[in-house]
Amino acid sequence: MSAAPATLFTDLRAVLPGDALLIREEELRPYECDGLTAYRALPLAVALPHTVEEVVNVLRLCRARGVPVVARGAGTGLSGGALPHAEGVVLSLARFNRILEIDPLARSARVEPGVRNLAISEAARPYGLYYAPDPSSQIACTIGGNVAENSGGVHCLKYGLTVHNVLALEALTIEGERLTLGGRAADAPGYDLLALLMGSEGLLAVVVEATVRLLPLPQCARVLLAAFDSVVTAGNAVGAIIAAGVIPAGLEMMDRLAVEAAEDFVHAGYPRDAAAILLCEVDGDEQEVAAALARVQEILKHAGARELCVARDEAERQLFWKGRKAAFPAVGRLSPDYYCIDGTIPRSKLAEVLTRIAELSREHGLRVANVFHAGDGNLHPLILYDANTPGELARAEALGAAIMELCIAVGGTITGEHGVGVEKINQMCVQFTPAELEQFHAVKRAFDPAGLLNPGKAVPTLARCAEYGRIHVHRGELRFPDLERY
Amino acid sequence: MDTADQSAAIVARVREAAAAHTPLMISGSGSKNFLGRRVTGIPLAVGGHRGILHYVPEELVLSARAGTPLADIETALATRGQMLAFEPPSFGTAATLGGTIAANLSGPRRAYAGAARDFVLGCRIVNGKSEILHFGGEVMKNVAGYDLSRLMAGAFGTLGVLLEISLKVLPRPEAETTLVCERDETSAIELMNRWAGRPLPLSATAWSEGRLYVRLSGPAPAIAAAAAGLGGEHLPRAEEFWRDLREHTGAFFTDPRPLWRLALPSTAAPLALDGPGIVTWGGMQRWVKTGVPADQVRARTAAAGGHATLFRPARDASPAEDPFTPLTPALQHLHQRLKAAFDPAGILNPGRLYAGI
Ligand SMILES: Cc1cc2nc3c(=O)[nH]c(=O)nc-3n(C[C@H](O)[C@H](O)[C@H](O)COP(=O)(O)OP(=O)(O)OC[C@H]3O[C@@H](n4cnc5c(N)ncnc54)[C@H](O)[C@@H]3O)c2cc1C
Ligand SMILES: Cc1cc2nc3c(=O)[nH]c(=O)nc-3n(C[C@H](O)[C@H](O)[C@H](O)COP(=O)(O)OP(=O)(O)OC[C@H]3O[C@@H](n4cnc5c(N)ncnc54)[C@H](O)[C@@H]3O)c2cc1C
Repeated sequence: MSAAPATLFTDLRAVLPGDALLIREEELRPYECDGLTAYRALPLAVALPHTVEEVVNVLRLCRARGVPVVARGAGTGLSGGALPHAEGVVLSLARFNRILEIDPLARSARVEPGVRNLAISEAARPYGLYYAPDPSSQIACTIGGNVAENSGGVHCLKYGLTVHNVLALEALTIEGERLTLGGRAADAPGYDLLALLMGSEGLLAVVVEATVRLLPLPQCARVLLAAFDSVVTAGNAVGAIIAAGVIPAGLEMMDRLAVEAAEDFVHAGYPRDAAAILLCEVDGDEQEVAAALARVQEILKHAGARELCVARDEAERQLFWKGRKAAFPAVGRLSPDYYCIDGTIPRSKLAEVLTRIAELSREHGLRVANVFHAGDGNLHPLILYDANTPGELARAEALGAAIMELCIAVGGTITGEHGVGVEKINQMCVQFTPAELEQFHAVKRAFDPAGLLNPGKAVPTLARCAEYGRIHVHRGELRFPDLERY
Repeated sequence: MDTADQSAAIVARVREAAAAHTPLMISGSGSKNFLGRRVTGIPLAVGGHRGILHYVPEELVLSARAGTPLADIETALATRGQMLAFEPPSFGTAATLGGTIAANLSGPRRAYAGAARDFVLGCRIVNGKSEILHFGGEVMKNVAGYDLSRLMAGAFGTLGVLLEISLKVLPRPEAETTLVCERDETSAIELMNRWAGRPLPLSATAWSEGRLYVRLSGPAPAIAAAAAGLGGEHLPRAEEFWRDLREHTGAFFTDPRPLWRLALPSTAAPLALDGPGIVTWGGMQRWVKTGVPADQVRARTAAAGGHATLFRPARDASPAEDPFTPLTPALQHLHQRLKAAFDPAGILNPGRLYAGI
């Protein structure tokens, strides 16, 4: 061990209790990756503070010594956002797991950053309230991670993303300075730094408390399952629903491979022979739901649905959703490894993009299962591969890159909710111009001049873009053809 | 509707200003000049840069140049049964999309549908280095890079000149009705909060002169059922009532005293400042006409967990030195660094929001 870590450990021990510092390799191992297991690294140390004061001290110490800090919630991220830095400290917020206050009249909850997403809704339920953004990982993922990724879920089509449902944050800069962003009063003075922190992937500040908005539980919710003979028809049906002025509470799509996997795993009652299914949930009062269901059924029949089935009761509704929420692990059983893409596209391009993904899948010789937030146009193609077969990971990455660049070409984005992390950093060079990337770096420097919070993630250096050899394209064309190429 | 692309001219103006270190005062139509601090600078009129660029109703997205009159956008949306769900005030017929977003102005629906910033999907700006930058896009979910488009909402043009803005739009509700009943301010605030905790199709609430108003929007049967459960009387000409409140054209707003906007936690008790008041946004926004000195208004609002904006100075008075609630030193410092990150020469609306940024 070099001298630098040895004195770092001594310094960390001085500000942390004995149970709050991990440095032995076997203790560090569980932190070597997040949900994107293809990338791994061991940090120098993991800090597991109990108090905000301890977090402040760890940050100040790392700032003074120039040591990188990677904040970590539950490690369920899918872009390598919480991947450790080999010369850095992982700052786990896992022990900050208390719900500090629920104010039923004001419909808000004040929670520590390590509180699990689902725990908030469970605590709010006795008051007839819930926290709307519901990522499929909600049993495990933390509100701090949700803020850092601006996470979404199946109900975001109607109720918004994390950014629409968080009222206030307490955050620490790398200097250990505490900032209050937003507030229980609307439209906080000055720049909207609350919005800026959403999706900032732990690069700007460390969240130590969040106040979230709670919504009344809908009186009634019903889900409808529609089966289609082709993904193109299903994709067009999504557009037809939105065009008719209906905003369902959720509108999700799964293709045959995903349906079969989910059926084998949880027996949700999906039709195995369908090329694609749509799950469409409507909520509101009884009459409103009945009217909306009738309307959606009409639209879907028109749009070519082969089979329509409304969940009979709450148990069947839960079962239909269970299949969707378990889709990732279900697909995971089909193959030793899978790689989840997260592009978002204009809804009108769904059919075209799904067709092209199928072609790309054949060209790259890897299977792709599709399961995604169709109402928002947020795709999750799952690329199946085997990391132990030489070359397969590289092929999976090449296919992933091709899908992301397809999303950009049709006017979309490389990531809708999982973040850039380390995974999509090269594609950032394609989506943004050098001047735009430089503006991101300038914002980062305004918060963290030394670049110590989660370095190397989210925004590529221009040098890295030059190395990747691809530069910004817009709808298939170079936007600044006269610009110097890196 | 006229359209014109003036982005090249705007970029040239910003480039010259940056080179010469001469501040620019960005103006849409100038309809909100009363709001905020006064800028000394060479006027940069962006109202001529206008036109709807892309509107696809089935995508729920509209993109337009920043100088497009809000009225043109609302007309285009209405013909397709859609709307800007944050119900922005226009304060006159000339208000532009850019000014509305730069000031993050939202109307009565704010508490139930979201603020202007919640509907921003993307924008194209010119920063203080005269670079055209594009952030976000026309899709519903996008976390590639920092959310710099939403950051422009409420920045009053101090971080960049807005060229184009993409917004999420929503279908118009099928039916709308407003109920009214007699209530004192305290019980009205409590009721607004209790209602919001139930799954009701609320779209606006207000309390004024001893009367509590609630607007319901949605499918006709849901409105009828909710209205039957809430009681109260149906308000005739309700559209006029909400428009007067949104546009500040009602009798209350003609009072010559300064107009304060108090943003408070929705459940905060009435502040009892000397002067008439209106409660809106489910209790989150309170308008007060009062001669109470600014520091006292601020202190009492802060004690209740909120912040106060001197929205309009007293009639015939000059603009206030500090209309917005001052920032904490830590936040002020961060604002200065962010300002420098976008506008190193300090030429875009300097001092519009706070001195020094
Ligand atoms: C099976 C499965 C299903 C998923 N489904 C969805 C889904 O439906 N929708 C969706 O959006 N995502 C989904 N995800 C992705 C993931 O769960 C989310 O990104 C989640 O928000 C990550 O939370 P976490 O606590 O695990 O964060 P981590 O993975 O620990 O960290 C994620 C990022 O947040 C930063 N961070 C964590 N805590 C803090 C903090 N307190 N302050 C500052 N930065 C912090 C980290 O540095 C890192 O950059 C899924 C993941 C899995 C494995
Ligand atoms: C609550 C309220 C009440 C008002 N009441 C009245 C009234 O009763 N009568 C009246 O005549 N006016 C009124 N106004 C004035 C009104 O303020 C503005 O005229 C209106 O906001 C503006 O739209 P605009 O396009 O005219 O914006 P402007 O007033 O021109 O601009 C508003 C702000 O946005 C900035 N801005 C504008 N366009 C851009 C852009 N493209 N890029 C970057 N920044 C930009 C400006 O610099 C300014 O800081 C009111 C304003 C408010 C907020």
